Amino acid sequence: MRKPWLRADRAIRICCAGMDQTPSPPVDHQHLVLDGPLMLDCRTELEGVQIAYRTYGTLNAARSNAILICHALTGDQYVAETHPVTGKDGWWDQAVGAGKPIDTGRYFVICSNVLGGCMGSTGPRTPRHPPERDGDPAALWGTDFPPVTIRDMVRAQKRLVEQLGIERLFAVIGGSMGGMQVLQWAATYPDSVFAAVPIATAPYHSAQNIAFNEVGRQSIFADPDWQQGRYWQTGALPARGLAVARMVAHITYLSEEALTRKFGRRMRSTSLAVFNDMFEVESYLRHQGSTFVHRFDANSYLTITRACDWFDLAADYDGTLSKAFAGTRTRFCLISFSSDWLYPTAESRTVARALNGAGGNVSFVEIASDKGHDAFLLDEPDFHRTLAGFLGGCAEHAGLAA
Amino acid sequence: MNDAARLAEPVRYVAKNMRLDLRLLAEMIAPGARVLDIGCGDGTLIDYLYRTHGCDARGIEIDMAEVTRAVAHGLPVMHGDADTDLSQYPDGAFDYVVLSRTLQAVERPREVLRQMLRIGRHALVSFPNFGHWELRWKLLWTGRMPNTTVWGKPWYETPNIHPCTIQDFFDLATQEGYVVERWLAVDDDGQRSPWRRFPALANMFGEQALFQLRKA
Repeated sequence: MRKPWLRADRAIRICCAGMDQTPSPPVDHQHLVLDGPLMLDCRTELEGVQIAYRTYGTLNAARSNAILICHALTGDQYVAETHPVTGKDGWWDQAVGAGKPIDTGRYFVICSNVLGGCMGSTGPRTPRHPPERDGDPAALWGTDFPPVTIRDMVRAQKRLVEQLGIERLFAVIGGSMGGMQVLQWAATYPDSVFAAVPIATAPYHSAQNIAFNEVGRQSIFADPDWQQGRYWQTGALPARGLAVARMVAHITYLSEEALTRKFGRRMRSTSLAVFNDMFEVESYLRHQGSTFVHRFDANSYLTITRACDWFDLAADYDGTLSKAFAGTRTRFCLISFSSDWLYPTAESRTVARALNGAGGNVSFVEIASDKGHDAFLLDEPDFHRTLAGFLGGCAEHAGLAA
Repeated sequence: MNDAARLAEPVRYVAKNMRLDLRLLAEMIAPGARVLDIGCGDGTLIDYLYRTHGCDARGIEIDMAEVTRAVAHGLPVMHGDADTDLSQYPDGAFDYVVLSRTLQAVERPREVLRQMLRIGRHALVSFPNFGHWELRWKLLWTGRMPNTTVWGKPWYETPNIHPCTIQDFFDLATQEGYVVERWLAVDDDGQRSPWRRFPALANMFGEQALFQLRKA
């Protein structure tokens, strides 16, 4: 099955016509409940916060070999195993596993679904807690879920890690929105992070990034099936809106070169009618959109894109980014990709310079790739060598056994 | 050994494989010092300083392939440019700031030296000496830009846009009010020659020069 999006074409049309609204069957995700309430940046206290997570490898006796991986906007905790909902490989199978750059034979890897997510962590798709008085006891949070920030996500991760009995992480690693969480970790809990690897990310969301997110959100709002966010009450899915949001976002994850190489202007004809002729790139995007709606919750998408948009690390430190890292002893490795126009290298360089200003220990590499922002999820040998080498060097400094 | 371990295995350089000027530079750096190596290449010097001197050594390099190689060997190296990436470091962040065989290739050598002595207590600068007799002779005899082992590229391709002689460098140090704490000139085989005490002779016979400066 070389090009699944071509074969799945029929399903796409059906989905985009808003007819296939079957949500994925519920899956039990491994999770724990945070002890005590979680205070959010919006001053709301969340009770009984549930965080879904997965771990790989073995925690050593000194509890010093733990790596937290932070997932991106639409990622989840299933980093390096078959996904229970989609049946696909883990999203970072390329980089995480025995003998891979993030070597599960050596490190204990944790990945949790972000607060506000939809893969088992507390978010718009989980039951309201506590339930509304006189309301439906089974009501979900939906759009009433309080606004969360990247820092809230990180606070929840910190509590999870503590409850797993880990005081200090050997490394925190993540790309894209995951990279923002890495930066937030290093700023908020500097003594709990020995090494930090923010990949293809930025210290704040640019106007362009916010603009693309807004197009996605508006397309969800415009879907009549969204029903002011209460689609869960009728069992419908705002599939069309969410699919379009995904299609727009997916374009930003690629580069013109990658699109040209993959699809060019090739067409696939199904008949002579004008709109039955389709460019391969259209077919591909529709496939991306249609598969997405079955695994992702529209309200979660709204919540998390908003959290990204609000992210501006320097804003919490008088507008001076280097203050966020004052006195840091964390070893940083910033990695960007040459064809990433969503989080361009200049934004990683801003972080690198701010870290220099704070006297931080910084490695910073731009990997040459024509695959756009998505390069961090793909097979990029230079990237993987860099990641493995940086972690190996840090392990030596941290005194971790090889 | 699995893949990741092999990928992550640190480079272990021995001094005899190191470029001559790096070996000499390393000898000038106190154990445990904080060092920034500007134009660090694949990080040979910083790795050596960490392993043998216990230094907290970091690097900046402009060639991305070298940066990737260095980071993939676990060395703290960042992509950056001597001309633009020094200003963000705080004052006195390092004990030594090293610029080996790079001064002649930067756009604003004087500004780079100023930044080096702002962010570091000592500046260690090595450069190929353009006053060497062989270069003088070639220019005089052929009437063309000299081409030697050290100055290996034709004029239109050389990255060395600001070559200088040992005496030029002494003059600049005086002009900028820097104290030359140590200096030496060596021939290409690394022999510290008898003429090392005399700038005019060193300027004639030294192929490479090495200076340690501080602010007055």
